[in-house]
Amino acid sequence: MDEKNMQINQEIEDISMYKKQSQFIQAWHRIRKNKVAILGMLILIVLILGAVFADQLAPYGYDDQDVMRRFTFPCREFPFGTDNLGRCIYSRILYGARVSLLIGFVATGMGAVGGTILGALAGYYGNKADNAIMRFCDIIQAIPSLLLAIAVAAALGSGLFNMMLAISIAAIPRYARTVRASILTVKDQEFIEAAHAIGASDARIIMKHIFPNCLAPIIVQVTLGVAGSIINAASLSFIGLGVQAPMAEWGSMLSAGRQYIRDYWFVVMIPGLAIMTTILSLNLFGDGLRDALDPKLK
Amino acid sequence: MLKYTLKRLLMMIPVLLGVSFVVFLLMYISPGDPAKMILGEMAEKGEIEALRETLGLNAGFWERYFNYMKDILLYGDLGISYVTREPVISEVMERFPVTLRLASSGVLVSLCIGVPCGIIAATKQYSVFDHVATLLSLLGNAMPAFWMGILLILIFSVHLGWLPSSGYTSIEYMILPALTLGTSSAAVIMRMTRSSMLEVIHQDYIRTARSKGQKESIVIYFHALKNALIPVITAVGLQFGMLLGGSILTETIFSIPGIGKLMVDSIKTRNYPIVQGGVLILAVVFSFINLGVDLLYAFVDPRIKSQYKGAKKSSEVKEEDAENGEEGED
Repeated sequence: MDEKNMQINQEIEDISMYKKQSQFIQAWHRIRKNKVAILGMLILIVLILGAVFADQLAPYGYDDQDVMRRFTFPCREFPFGTDNLGRCIYSRILYGARVSLLIGFVATGMGAVGGTILGALAGYYGNKADNAIMRFCDIIQAIPSLLLAIAVAAALGSGLFNMMLAISIAAIPRYARTVRASILTVKDQEFIEAAHAIGASDARIIMKHIFPNCLAPIIVQVTLGVAGSIINAASLSFIGLGVQAPMAEWGSMLSAGRQYIRDYWFVVMIPGLAIMTTILSLNLFGDGLRDALDPKLK
Repeated sequence: MLKYTLKRLLMMIPVLLGVSFVVFLLMYISPGDPAKMILGEMAEKGEIEALRETLGLNAGFWERYFNYMKDILLYGDLGISYVTREPVISEVMERFPVTLRLASSGVLVSLCIGVPCGIIAATKQYSVFDHVATLLSLLGNAMPAFWMGILLILIFSVHLGWLPSSGYTSIEYMILPALTLGTSSAAVIMRMTRSSMLEVIHQDYIRTARSKGQKESIVIYFHALKNALIPVITAVGLQFGMLLGGSILTETIFSIPGIGKLMVDSIKTRNYPIVQGGVLILAVVFSFINLGVDLLYAFVDPRIKSQYKGAKKSSEVKEEDAENGEEGED
């Protein structure tokens, strides 16, 4: 009996593995045809590689100052010129990618995990839990996200982690709502009833049966959410609530270079272009993912 | 309609209470002793202790929250600015019209650019204009507002010398800030208009209008636009919130004396009551704008109105769906 059960379990697992894989492989086949999304993905990969290998790729450190070479225009030695302290902007952009991408992914990740847990509880248990969690989301969403991030960051004080926390709190409701909505569509289906019938625990049902079915919308939200987090992080740094000098961060580079735009355009142009490229590639890839994963289009 | 309005107003109360609690909590955990901040570092211990007592800082958390709410609701008192020692509410409200004007002109810019471009892109789908507009909207969406502002200053103030780069005295000082604020929203609204227009254009009643020989311009601007703009209204409401947040950056760049600049300056001097007061006021404004948008939505879309007369449950579900749909867009 036991052996038979195990065999059946094995088969079920095989089938679910196969299904899980095929959903994403199908999505991959669809997204591969979307040239714009692939372009976004490639730019993103280049940016991530640049951030990871900044130590090897950057010709200078992010805080190698030399007053003798202040405001060098872009040239062979300094592809993006140097800033007001004579630091190589190209190197700082690479190190800045590290900070920006880290904040973007970690803050979004924290928000997504928090939101997913809340959304799952709300959607699965309904009633009181649902009401409480959704009202919490209403409250958070009543404050514009950048404003909330500013308020939280001001209260916690500046710094990398506080900034990520501030941004992630503001992002929680959108994930909670996404997950809740997709759980509500899955919850009453027969396979969940079947899982209940064979005595699976709530935790198991949520993790094993419901969650995989909600993964696609979460992935899409996360991809698009990273872009928002990066912009918010740059905004916080821009008004002096984010990463502290001399750390390289695109928003603070822009903010620091602002007073020199009259004569040295590249000091603000380059960090801005870096932010824009990152956001653009994330949006392109995210839109492509949405089209590829959206079950309505299947 | 009145019943719906009242219901929405009642639903706002717990949300606003929650917002005030969040703001209070943030103020509570802010570092530094308010009494010391008001009196300055040189103040004597006894003096500080006396002020702590008058400000009610020695009470427990819930008592302080209760007093805070009482002050707000009964006296409209949001605390005292650490720097000027003036009431927060008067400092914030003094700057409020400026921020509201800025955000409104941002919305105006985004509507004036977004809606027409969206319509043209939809009616001439896959044309050169469509492709260019879509590309521009992608770029506009990816451009952080503060960078946009700096670029506009670089082009129009520094190089061309047409418009002033900072300050706030006459209408021409508002042009660059409004453009800065409005651009990314224009991108969102354009995409929204385009997709909802495309959806509407392919419906039967449009074919009917065309086949009865109606002029194309009337079909587009009268028959189609009326329905296509309904989802755009919700997008505009959400954008208004983004713009209230974005005005903080825009005001900083252009040195406009609004709530945003006040808040940023206050962050630098650790003047927390102003920051939290500003957040509270802007959140309240945002909630009312959302309410207004929802009412307008119900007003222009007879389907929603009739739903509220009939089955209430289904309309709530629908409303939530619509909200969720919007969130995916930004």
